[in-house]
Amino acid sequence: MSFASHDSATRQSQGEAITAEEIASSGAKAEDATARYALLLGDDALILSQRLGAWVSRAPELEEDVALANIALDLLGHARFLLTYAGTAWDKTEDDLAYFRPEEEFRSCRLVEQENGDFGKTIARQLIFSFYQHELYSRLVQSTDTTLAAIAEKALKEVDYHQDHAAQWMLRLGLGTQESAQRVQAGLDSVWSYVEELFTDVEPITELGDIAVLPSTLREPTLNRLHQVIEEAGLSIPDMSGAHGADRSGRHSEQRGLILAEMQVLARQHPGATW
Amino acid sequence: MSPENHQHAPLHLADEGDAATALAEAEAGQHRFDELIAEDSRIEPRDWMPESYRKSLVRQVSQHAHSEIIGMQPEGNWISRAPSLKRKAILMAKVQDEAGHGLYLYSAAETLGRPREEMYDQLYSGKAKYSSIFNYPARTWADIGAIGWLVDGAAIVNQVPLCRASYGPYGRAMVRICKEESFHQRQGWEILYSLSHGTEAQHQMAQDAVDRFYGPALQMFGPPDGDSPNSQQSMEWKIKRFTNDELRQRFVDMLVPQVEALGLTLPDPELKWNEERGHYDFGDLDWDEFFAVIKGNGPLSRQRLEHYRKARDEGAWVREAAVAYANHQAQGRDRDQAALIGA
Ligand SMILES: [Fe+2]
Ligand SMILES: [Fe+2]
Repeated sequence: MSFASHDSATRQSQGEAITAEEIASSGAKAEDATARYALLLGDDALILSQRLGAWVSRAPELEEDVALANIALDLLGHARFLLTYAGTAWDKTEDDLAYFRPEEEFRSCRLVEQENGDFGKTIARQLIFSFYQHELYSRLVQSTDTTLAAIAEKALKEVDYHQDHAAQWMLRLGLGTQESAQRVQAGLDSVWSYVEELFTDVEPITELGDIAVLPSTLREPTLNRLHQVIEEAGLSIPDMSGAHGADRSGRHSEQRGLILAEMQVLARQHPGATW
Repeated sequence: MSPENHQHAPLHLADEGDAATALAEAEAGQHRFDELIAEDSRIEPRDWMPESYRKSLVRQVSQHAHSEIIGMQPEGNWISRAPSLKRKAILMAKVQDEAGHGLYLYSAAETLGRPREEMYDQLYSGKAKYSSIFNYPARTWADIGAIGWLVDGAAIVNQVPLCRASYGPYGRAMVRICKEESFHQRQGWEILYSLSHGTEAQHQMAQDAVDRFYGPALQMFGPPDGDSPNSQQSMEWKIKRFTNDELRQRFVDMLVPQVEALGLTLPDPELKWNEERGHYDFGDLDWDEFFAVIKGNGPLSRQRLEHYRKARDEGAWVREAAVAYANHQAQGRDRDQAALIGA
C-alpha cells in the first residue's frame, strides 16, 4: 500500500504501522467464531468512523475538523484490520464485507449508529464509546489469538487519544456556558439508553474463552470512569431505567440502513470493479 | 501565536513624540528591507516591512488559507461514499491534511498582524476570495481523482517556488505543505489510473472528470500576465518567483506525459509540441467564465459559502463554551496562586 493512512502529516495519535494488507498477506486464518467476533468489533469501528467522517468541513473549529477526521481515520484503520482478519475465515476481502454485506448481517451496536446530532451529542457518544473501547482493547491485548492481540495493541494507543479528546470536551462543554452544559447533557440523555448493549454477552463471544473479552466484565470499570468524568463536568448521569434491552442480533437501529445505503452505493453500482 | 507577533513596525510615535526619529527609523527599515530582499534573505515577523508588502502578503496568505478550507467541501462530500475502505482512508487523510494546511497558513497570516477571527469573518461575509476551482462540483468519484491529479498538481507547481518566498513564515509553511501535496497528487493520479484501466464505465467516468477539471485547473495560476496587476510587484518583492503564464506553461508541459500514462486525453485540440519554444502550445481558456466565477457566480459559489456559514453558526456555542471554560480555568489558577501567596 503506497499511502497508508499514517502518511498524513496531521496525524495526532501514535500507532504502530501495521496495515490491513499485512494482515491479509500474513497467512493468518481466523476460525469461524473468532472471525465473527472480529467482524462485530470491526463493524462498530466502521460505522462510527462513517459517522465521524461526516463532520469533516462542518466542525465548530478548524482544529476539530482535524481532530474528528483523525479519530475517524483511526477507527477506519481498526475496522480494516478487523474486517480483513475476519475475511480470512471465509475468503472474503475487507471490501466484500463492508460493501456487499446486507444490513441485517452487520453486528454494530446501536450507539455508534446514532445520528451525529450537534457537537454535544457527538461528544457524548464519543465519550461512551472511547471509554468502552479503551477498557476492551486494554484487555484484548492479552487475547490468545495473536492477530487480535496485535490489532488491539495498535488500536489502544490511538484510543488513548480518543478518550482524552472526548473527556476534555466533556469538561469544556459541561463547565463552559449554560447553553453548552444543556446541550451536552441532552446529548448524554439521548445516547445513554444504548450503553447497556455494549456490555451484553452475546454469541460468539460467549464461546471464545481467552480469545475474546466478555463484555459484561467491562461494565463496571467503564461505567465507573464515565461517571467520574460526567460528574467532574458538573453533569448528571442519565437514568438507566429507559435502557433498551439489547443484543446485537439484528435488532438494529433505523439508521443502519441509511448509513449503509450511502456507504455502499457507489461500490454496488460497479460490482467486481477495482478502484 | 504569541501576542508580540501582532505588533506592527516599531514606530514609537507616541512615546518619542518625534516625527523625525520615526522617519529616520522608517528609512533605516526600508534600507534594511531592500537589502534583505536583494540578498535573497528572509523577512521575519519582527522585521520592518513596507505596509504595502504586509498588505499584499496578508491578502495572498489568507486567500490561500481560505482555499484550503473551502477545498475540503467537494472532497469531504465523497468520504462517505468512497468505493473501497482503502480509498476512504486515503481520502480522509487527504482532506484532514487540507484542514492542517489551512491552520499553518492562518498562523502565517497571523504573524503579519491579522487576527484569525477577522480572516474567518471575511470568508464568512463573502468578502474574501479563494481559489475559484472549488466552486465547481465534484459529481463523480472520478472527480476526486481529477481534483487530486489536476488541482493538487497545479497547487504543487504554484507552491514549490513559494517555498522560497521572501516572507519567512509563509515560505516555511509552504515547505511543510508541499511535502503533503505530492502525496495528494499521487493519490489522485492513482484513482484515475485505476478507473482508466477498469471497466468501460469507469474509464468514461475518468475521462469526463478530466474534461471538466482541466480548464479550471489551468486557470488556478491566475489571469494571463497582461491582466494580473499584482504580479509584477509580487515578483520584485520575491514573494512570487515566476509569472502566472510561466507556471501555467510548466504545468501543461508536466501534464502531457502524465495523461498519456493514464490512457486518457486532455480536452484541448490545439495542444501541440512546439519544437522551437521547447514547450507545448495550448488553446485559449475561457476567461469570461473565470472572472464570472471569481465574482461569485461559479456553479457552487453560493453553496460553498452557505456550507461554511452553517458550520460556523452551528459551532458558535461550542467556541463560546471553550473560551468560557478557559477563562474559568485561568481564574481558578489565579485564585490558587493568590491563596498560596496569602498563606
Ligand atoms: Fe492543501
Ligand atoms: Fe492538497
